[in-house]
Order: sequence, then C-alpha cells, then structure tokens
Amino acid sequence: MQIAVVDYKGGNVQSVLFALERLGASATLTADPETLRKADKVLFPGEGEAASAMQSLRASGLDRVLPTLTQPFLGICLGMQLLGEHSEENDTPLLGLLPFRVRRFVPDAAHKVPHMGWNNLQALQGPLFAGLTEADHVYFVHSYYAPVGAYTTAQAAHPAPFSAAVQHGNFHGVQFHTEKSGAAGTRILANFLNL
Amino acid sequence: MIKKRLIPCLDVRDGRTVKGIQFEGLRDAGDPIALAARYAQEGADELVFLDITATNQRRQPLTDLVREVARVLDIPFTVGGGISSIADVEALLLSGADKVSINSAALARPAFIRELAQRFGSQCIVVAVDARLVEGEWQVMTRAGTQPTGREAVAWCREAADLGAGELLLTSMSHDGTKAGFALDLTRAVSDAVPVPVIASGGAGQPADFTAVFEAGGADAALAASIFHFNETALPTLKQYLYDAGIPVRL
Repeated sequence: MQIAVVDYKGGNVQSVLFALERLGASATLTADPETLRKADKVLFPGEGEAASAMQSLRASGLDRVLPTLTQPFLGICLGMQLLGEHSEENDTPLLGLLPFRVRRFVPDAAHKVPHMGWNNLQALQGPLFAGLTEADHVYFVHSYYAPVGAYTTAQAAHPAPFSAAVQHGNFHGVQFHTEKSGAAGTRILANFLNL
Repeated sequence: MIKKRLIPCLDVRDGRTVKGIQFEGLRDAGDPIALAARYAQEGADELVFLDITATNQRRQPLTDLVREVARVLDIPFTVGGGISSIADVEALLLSGADKVSINSAALARPAFIRELAQRFGSQCIVVAVDARLVEGEWQVMTRAGTQPTGREAVAWCREAADLGAGELLLTSMSHDGTKAGFALDLTRAVSDAVPVPVIASGGAGQPADFTAVFEAGGADAALAASIFHFNETALPTLKQYLYDAGIPVRL
C-alpha cells in the first residue's frame, strides 16, 4: 500500500510518520501532485495557524490538487479544519470541501482555551470508529472548532458539542491527534488505513 | 468533558533520568526511553522531558533522544531545557516533540514567546515558570532556579499567556521534591488569572495532593517525578483513586 503524507511545511509531520511506522506502514512525505494522486491513502496533518497554512498550500499549488483527490483522505487537526469553507482565525477562506465555518472557542472559568487534553468521543458514526465506544478518549489541542452538522461523524464537548470528526465522500477529518491518542488513536488510524 | 491530566516529568542529564530535591542533590532514576514507554503503557496522559543541565551549560537539548522517544511514544510529549532560538524549537518539533517548554529565554526577552507562537502556533508553546516563596511573595526564578528575576509569579504568568503561551508549567521551587503537597494558593491564583491551561508542579507526595491541586488549586494538569520514578505511587492506582474521588480522569 502506498501512503502519502502531504508535505506543506505546516504540521507535526514526524509524529504522524512515526505512528504509521508503528503500524507497520511506510509512508512518503511529499508535495508532488503525481505521487499524491497515485497513493492509496493520503494523510494531511496540520498544526499552527490557518492563514499561513492556506498560503503555503497556495504557494505550492496544493490548494488545487487536494480537492481533486479521489482516494481515502484524512485531515488531522488543522488539516481537518482546512477542509471547511472559512475560518475565523485571521478571517481565512479554506479549501471548501465541507460546508462548515471554523469558529473560536470562548474561554470561561471551567473551560480553558486551547482545548488541550484528553476528551471522550460521542455520537460515533462510520468505519473510522469501528471498535471504539463513547468511553474512549483521544487527545485534542486546538483553539478553533468546526460546529456540529450533517457532515459530523463524531462529537466532543467543550462545553458545547463540536465536530471531533467529519466526512464527505472520500474526505475524512479528525480534530484530535490520532497519532498521539494512545490505543484509541492507533485503532482509528488503522481503521483509516483499512478503508 | 476534558479530563485532568497526569504528567510524569523526566529530568534528563547526560542521557539519564535524574531527580533532586528543590533542584539539587540529584539521584539516578533510569533510562528515559524505557521510563517513557512504561509511563505511556501505565496511562500517563502526557510526558515532559527537561534537559536540566542545558541552561547552565548552554548545551542544546538532545534531538536524538527526542527522536527515539517520539518513535515509541503514542501520547504527547513536551521538551524543555536551554531553548533560546526559533531554530532550537524547529529542530525539536521536527524530531517529533509535540510541544516545547521555554523558561529563561522568555524571561530574558518576553517577545520571544510571541515570535514562537506566531511561527509555530500557541498550541506547542509551553512557558515554564519556576517560583519561590520569599517573604510571602511568589518570586520568579531563572536559569534553572538559580537567579531571582524580580518578577512576581502571577503577573508573569498573565504576561506570558497574553504573549501567546498555549500552556503554563508552574513549578513551586519551595515545594519541589518535598512531597509535602502542591502550592495550592499559587496554582489557584495563576489558574484564575489566565485563560490557558495550567500544569501544577512541585510537591506531589500522596494521592490526596492531586485531588487538592485539581480541586482547590484549579489545575488542569499535575506534573510529578519522584513518586512515579521510584514506584511510590503507580499511575494506574493514582488514576483509579482520583476517579473514585470524583476527579475527571482518563482511565
């Protein structure tokens, strides 16, 4: 199986590569459109800030390549958010593959921002979550979120429910870090590789 | 609901884990990679590695060690010690660290926090604050706790969060290694003053100390070293204790 990890100078790429390695899968870190098109699976990790990530995608032309991909695609953290239409983070237009607008959490005494740490998943749907239950926890680090909608395949709450995972066709996204979520995260990543 | 985190801390010197009392009198506590793997297995929510000799000897943290840890670890980890440039942070993140912890460099030049947050995102920038109680005031210390800064701890924590720190690692040097409990008043004051998560550190001895720091102290996470390294309190036992006491933890 050929696994491609999108290289756009924007993510915690090494952790994702190590997680794939622990699953016995070898991945290619690439920004080359042909390599991405030929891969069986594409992972799109992301961390940092939305506007500079989009700028980096535009500079390499990946903003036009990624939406045309047809194989199973997994956006992680910021990589999930970038699949939406727009982010409040520096008023940034996104890739527009899913119909959500990314918003900022508002902190209160009991709910710090960033939403950082282990939270349980709710309302799990679809093959990515095979073998998981609402007792499973995954690791989140983010200050912005996608609201719940028809595209939501898992939820978490901080304090209101938000999209922990999304899907539209071959495009999947998870707000949490599968690669840093212990056994639960490893199972989700393995489920993605088995799609 | 977000859970309270338990974070074993591995102070690393010359490739070994060490632990002292109030930052002195170091004892050997084992191979950091083996310890990291054991803690992840036992349910640690995150790990912190501090290269404790780095600041005073101006040596860069060992990116090779970071890479070996990242290869085996499936939970997040933070690396700190002697980080003073954007290049230092980039090297650690590229090696597989999830977050970096900065301390003396931020005190020397607070704008460094903003530069790192803009470049890498607040989510991976932890500002570590070492505080010592002197005549009733919590004073911020620098250079591995050896020099006073003249800054008051709560004010500095607020400034660090305003500048873009995504999290604060708050250590009471007056409690570190004493196993007499966390600095509850300091932790509560900082937690109330900033919108970002606070990791309380220094003084963990008994399971009840953790209940206290999460409830009375308002901490989002608690960090400890000795009680885990020397098998005084096993992580699974501690987590079950906290769960039974009504503290939200990941079992």
